[in-house]
Amino acid sequence: MEPVTTTSYIVLGIALFMLLNSAAIAVYAERRVSAFIQNRLGPNRVGPWGLFQPLADVVKLLLKEDVTPERGFKTVHTIAPVIPVVTALLTIAVIPFGDGLYVTDINAGVLYLLAVNSLGVYGVTLGGWASNSKYSLLGGLRAAAQMISYELPLGMAVASCILFVGSLSMIDVVNSQEYWWNIIRNPIGAVIFIVAAFAEANRTPFDLVEAEQELVGGFHTEYSSMKFGMFFLAEYMHVVIGSMLITTFFFGGYHLPFAGYWLPEMGSTAKAILDISVFTLKTVFWVFTFIWVRWTIPRFKYNQVMKLGWKRMLPISILNFIGLAIIIYAWNHYLG
Amino acid sequence: MDTKHISDQVDLKFFKEHQEKLYQALEDKHTTVEMMDQDDPLNTKMVLNMGPQHPATHGVLRLILQLNGELIEKVKVDVGYLHRGVEKIAENKTYQEFMPYTDRMDYLSPYANNVALCTAVEKIANVEVPERAHYIRMIGCELSRISSHLIWLGTMIMDAGAVSYFIWAFREREKVLDIFDQLTGHRFTVSHARIGGVANDITDTAMAMIKDFADKFPRELKDWHKTLDRNRIFFDRNRGVGVLETEDALESGATGPTLRGSGYAYDVRTFEPYARYDEVEFEVPTRLEGDNLARYYVRMEEMHESIRIIRQCLDKLPKGPVRADNAKQAYPSKDEVYYSMEGMIHDFMMTDTGICPPDGAEAYHAVEAAKGELGYYIQSDGSGHPWRLKINSPSFKNIQILEQILDGEMVADTVVIIGGVDPVMGECDK
Repeated sequence: MEPVTTTSYIVLGIALFMLLNSAAIAVYAERRVSAFIQNRLGPNRVGPWGLFQPLADVVKLLLKEDVTPERGFKTVHTIAPVIPVVTALLTIAVIPFGDGLYVTDINAGVLYLLAVNSLGVYGVTLGGWASNSKYSLLGGLRAAAQMISYELPLGMAVASCILFVGSLSMIDVVNSQEYWWNIIRNPIGAVIFIVAAFAEANRTPFDLVEAEQELVGGFHTEYSSMKFGMFFLAEYMHVVIGSMLITTFFFGGYHLPFAGYWLPEMGSTAKAILDISVFTLKTVFWVFTFIWVRWTIPRFKYNQVMKLGWKRMLPISILNFIGLAIIIYAWNHYLG
Repeated sequence: MDTKHISDQVDLKFFKEHQEKLYQALEDKHTTVEMMDQDDPLNTKMVLNMGPQHPATHGVLRLILQLNGELIEKVKVDVGYLHRGVEKIAENKTYQEFMPYTDRMDYLSPYANNVALCTAVEKIANVEVPERAHYIRMIGCELSRISSHLIWLGTMIMDAGAVSYFIWAFREREKVLDIFDQLTGHRFTVSHARIGGVANDITDTAMAMIKDFADKFPRELKDWHKTLDRNRIFFDRNRGVGVLETEDALESGATGPTLRGSGYAYDVRTFEPYARYDEVEFEVPTRLEGDNLARYYVRMEEMHESIRIIRQCLDKLPKGPVRADNAKQAYPSKDEVYYSMEGMIHDFMMTDTGICPPDGAEAYHAVEAAKGELGYYIQSDGSGHPWRLKINSPSFKNIQILEQILDGEMVADTVVIIGGVDPVMGECDK
């Protein structure tokens, strides 16, 4: 592990600030994009083009009465919303935003990422349980089941990327894609990862955790005020982080396509600006895709989600992993 | 805690007797009596109360589900939260005065309700309706069927999780409402049918709007077919879900698209044609599967057929008066009322006494509303008020099948199945 330098602190500060902001921006984007999909205008009154709408939303959430169910487990009910927010913020530590622009380089960064990312479900499950409401409980249980089912294909898809790198450091994962993005080298893994990322973020078509129609609000039925706000914030941060992970693992991180072949040497400042712009653009594209998908397709049923996870994605991801491993071994030992 | 019965596990605050009976009924359903372990709460079954305040139960329908994990073991349906005593109100109104109340029954297709009442009164009082009025009524009824099916389309797919569809369906429905605005003077509760005809003739603007709609709507339908028919998730959510066998459907009295989706081609429009449905050509869409997807196809096809009927009506629309020219049976036209003494008196008498069917007469007349067979049974005592008026409402009958088809499905299916059966509580609870 590298020593923590001043750059680390600066990157950490900016990244955290931007991640918190990105949730607000994502909320605004979601409302506008969904509005355009539905032939509406969306929020356009608060500030220019409704840009201050997220601020108004936050103020509204802060001023609302904080209701705790009388017979709920009050301590857990209060702690639960914090967990997904904290875990979402923790993931930022190992994601490289540019050449040398990362908070820290852990040699098991990928494992850290998977571990931290899946901790968020505790908040949802505990919140659902502590609310003492049947709707919340069902939502929480669905969250737990879904998380377990999709963590495995997600892990296998990531592992199939690691085969190309031979290192668990996120920096190495990105650098290995300087010439060829993983989407080209490992397309099946990419599809599995993207689907699993949607499921991990609890977004449509996998949003049966909140399933507004049958479960009212799912795990956050009994939450109000800023406690609900935390869940809300966490959901959008997970969307942003999911987009970042898709970008990092399969779309070359901060690298332009085939950058190693044609991109000339640049000054460090110019390179940093270019890297961050490229990374941000890719992330924004994926956030948009998240929103786009949410407002166009229906939701899966619980048993269908389980079937897709265990019977389809897990076997395919394992076969993909084994197949790639054989190909890479053969390439290195007999052809290369 | 004593957990022998379900009612011991819940804290009943309101309507104790009713609730206890309901839970008892749930316990007794299928007579699977099992002793519950008092020491182990995990052995007690989860009983989920859905509604009457629930975002997806289409109003104030209440379901009580006994769950085994995500699986529904048994269901009880509790209706009556929107009971307004409409049938009793009718006994204190003249027939014409009661007509606006029918708008509030199935508020998604009010025009068909107006026509149902008026045709029933016309049957009992032997009123001849002019040809043109019949055709205008048919146009109105078919438009109301489309508007009702559009709500069904939007809400059912929204219940399946695709929220945008609701808005897309509503955009089209808005056009139908605009037509109603031009045709009848109201967008929503139209109150357009009168005993012996309709309130006013079709205006040129309304005519143009209907023609325009009939031209453009099929394209819209085609788009929807494209987005839904091959949509894997939508398909999987609906195929084989909530299967209703033909025998069960007939036994529990299901009507309308729900019955036709189960393979029984019963449509009042062809079975016992009213208005001039015997003079237009149309198909009765029927599917054999009986699942939610079948009900989806039936309703989509019905919208096609409605457009077909509207086109034929516009072609055939005869010239002539739009209301019976008989002062004892129908309101005189406003021209007469404003400019002649007799007209004024007749108008006054119609409002005060109304049409008087013969003493002891009784009649049942049904129309095919958007949700199914909507019938009015009237008994007369010779006065201007009905002695008894009973309503055979399709939603009430269709809701009865929920208890059968929800058993054994999953929690997520409840909302989709309710959406597929498409009840309107205003009509169900009357």
